Amino acid sequence: MNVSLHRRVGAIALTGALALSLAACGSDNPVGEAGTDVDAPGTTETELSGDLAGAGASTQEAAMGAWRAGFQSTYPDVTVAYDPVGSGGGRTQFLNGGVAFAGSDAPLDEDELAQAEERCAGGEVIEIPLYISPIAVIYNLPDVEQLNLSPEVLAGIFNRQITTWDAPEIAADNPDATLPDLPITPVNRSDESGTTENFTEYLAATAGDAWPHEASGDWPVSGGQSAQGTSGVVQTVNGGEGTIGYADASQAGQLGTARIKVGEEWVEYSPEASAAVVAASPRAEGRGEHDIVVELDRTTTEPGTYPLVLVSYSIACAGYEDETQGELVQAFLGYVVSEEGQEAAAGAAGSAPISEELRSDAEAAIEAITAGA
Amino acid sequence: MTTTTRRSQPVGSPVGERTPRRRRWPEGRASRAFRWLSTGAGALILLVLAAVALFLMIRAWPAMTAGGDVLADEISWFPDDSSLLGFIGPLVFGTLLAAALALVIATPISIGIALFISHYAPRRLANGLGYMVDLLAAIPSVIYGLWGAIWLAPRLEPAWQWLSGTLGFIPLFAGPASDPPRVILTVAVVLGAMILPIITAVCREVFLQAPRLHEEAALALGATRWEMIRMAVLPFGRSGIVSAAMLGLGRALGETMAVLMILSPGALYSFNLLRAGQHQTIAANIALQFPEANPLGVSALIATGLALFVITLAVNMAARAIVARRKDFSGAN
Repeated sequence: MNVSLHRRVGAIALTGALALSLAACGSDNPVGEAGTDVDAPGTTETELSGDLAGAGASTQEAAMGAWRAGFQSTYPDVTVAYDPVGSGGGRTQFLNGGVAFAGSDAPLDEDELAQAEERCAGGEVIEIPLYISPIAVIYNLPDVEQLNLSPEVLAGIFNRQITTWDAPEIAADNPDATLPDLPITPVNRSDESGTTENFTEYLAATAGDAWPHEASGDWPVSGGQSAQGTSGVVQTVNGGEGTIGYADASQAGQLGTARIKVGEEWVEYSPEASAAVVAASPRAEGRGEHDIVVELDRTTTEPGTYPLVLVSYSIACAGYEDETQGELVQAFLGYVVSEEGQEAAAGAAGSAPISEELRSDAEAAIEAITAGA
Repeated sequence: MTTTTRRSQPVGSPVGERTPRRRRWPEGRASRAFRWLSTGAGALILLVLAAVALFLMIRAWPAMTAGGDVLADEISWFPDDSSLLGFIGPLVFGTLLAAALALVIATPISIGIALFISHYAPRRLANGLGYMVDLLAAIPSVIYGLWGAIWLAPRLEPAWQWLSGTLGFIPLFAGPASDPPRVILTVAVVLGAMILPIITAVCREVFLQAPRLHEEAALALGATRWEMIRMAVLPFGRSGIVSAAMLGLGRALGETMAVLMILSPGALYSFNLLRAGQHQTIAANIALQFPEANPLGVSALIATGLALFVITLAVNMAARAIVARRKDFSGAN
């Protein structure tokens, strides 16, 4: 009895010690030893504690996971929750006051801005494009190392007007490639998605008559190969030869990614080129001072830009009546916009870190958040 | 054999009840409580069924009363120039087609396996095999989906190419076969594998109950084993086979994950089994569109769910009717 009790106490102590040392390992502080590290939050950063709730686009979900982890390692007493209900649902919940911030693939429209005037103290909202993700055109042609696709050809392929890989339209842009005599199998998303919306928006803006459809989250051409989710599309493109699809660039894996035509150049996707197109695009006018909405210039001819990107906004109030909520939102968005936060998202979700110029504007906007009446 | 055991039970049980006569009051209370409990459990089934039906009706109502234009306006994936029925129709067609094909593939194989277990295999092997079949039924459908989409589909592709090449003159197999083969025939093969265990298990039980005397009589008349099975076992088990197939059909109709992962969806009334983007099933469509659907969209999806509910109900009732019609003939009594 006595012995077993001792043993049990010993086991508990051992577990506790293990937990402590593990916690120390998990911390970002490389020099901290177990004792001080565990005590540190209690002494230095106690100002912030509470629950912060957000909701919105599922595109941001992976990045949000990284942001939440990074933020909570600095502020262990804060709990950040993000419900990936979709962009529309996130905006609605934000406007109803259900959540403190929203993630959305589209900025607030006029009606929603009017609602926001009531929801936010001071009536102003801030919207910042904090998640920029390149969309890659992926293809499965083992013998073709590099593929150049102009918007018109891309539209022709996905609208099923160009049906074989050795079609003259494709050959004209790829003089050096040996294109096989294979039918083209375009693969699209079968579920509604922001990736589809941005891809069709790009085609509608750049391809002219070759793309007769409007931008939409649902694929407009029926009767072809399609799959659910990014992973489904990638797997389907992998599964057949001569397939081509579009997917979040971070998920492209071993597949070939096509270069798209910008001006007279052929541009491969890259984080820098994706951030560059957002930096080069004009801001929407007639909005609040810190309401940073970018009108993506898909037709840009600026060298070194990759206009096939998905931009997702973080939406918050410029003023909060609840002091804690305001401070929490300010601290959290401050982390998201920081170099560290953007790097964390790039590592977890393959997004493109925002440009320095956008960061300084965003920091000014976040700085301006007021908390308490 | 079965009759003697069955008869011995009702004789035995009242005796067991009567012996502890002194403690009759608590016993009576306990048995009354049990009676209420079991009655309640029985009523619960009806209640749940009614609740599901009611839920489907209420939630589907907004979509059923809204016109086709409104639905097309509000719901991004709703087809233009269509009504709710026009939307549900191809889905019902796809669901029935996939399930029927799965049944065509699975039923003969199941009967074969069941006959082997019940009449051909040595007892030890039969036991092990029966156990394995039951295990197959326990594999979650998402595993079947992954297996079908990642492993099986690439291996079926050459077969479908061959099928469209040699039998392409039959409209069902008209080419060109899609590559990757995310087509309804691939789905049917996987669904067939999924419903195989349940059909086999029920068939095996039925075949094992075939009257021993009939079998022996057939053999005594000089029948081979196959003739004996044809004369004594299959006629006896026919209604059992039908109900087994219907059970399988029920599972195939509602299967979601496997279809979602394997099929490239489309919304056509198409009998082209080897082309992608032609069919979609109700359950997979609900799973696909639900996450981003707006309230009216959810309502339209629930309306398709109501259709599926009605279909499965009809299938089960049809199965019941067939079994009941054949009851006296089958010799199961």
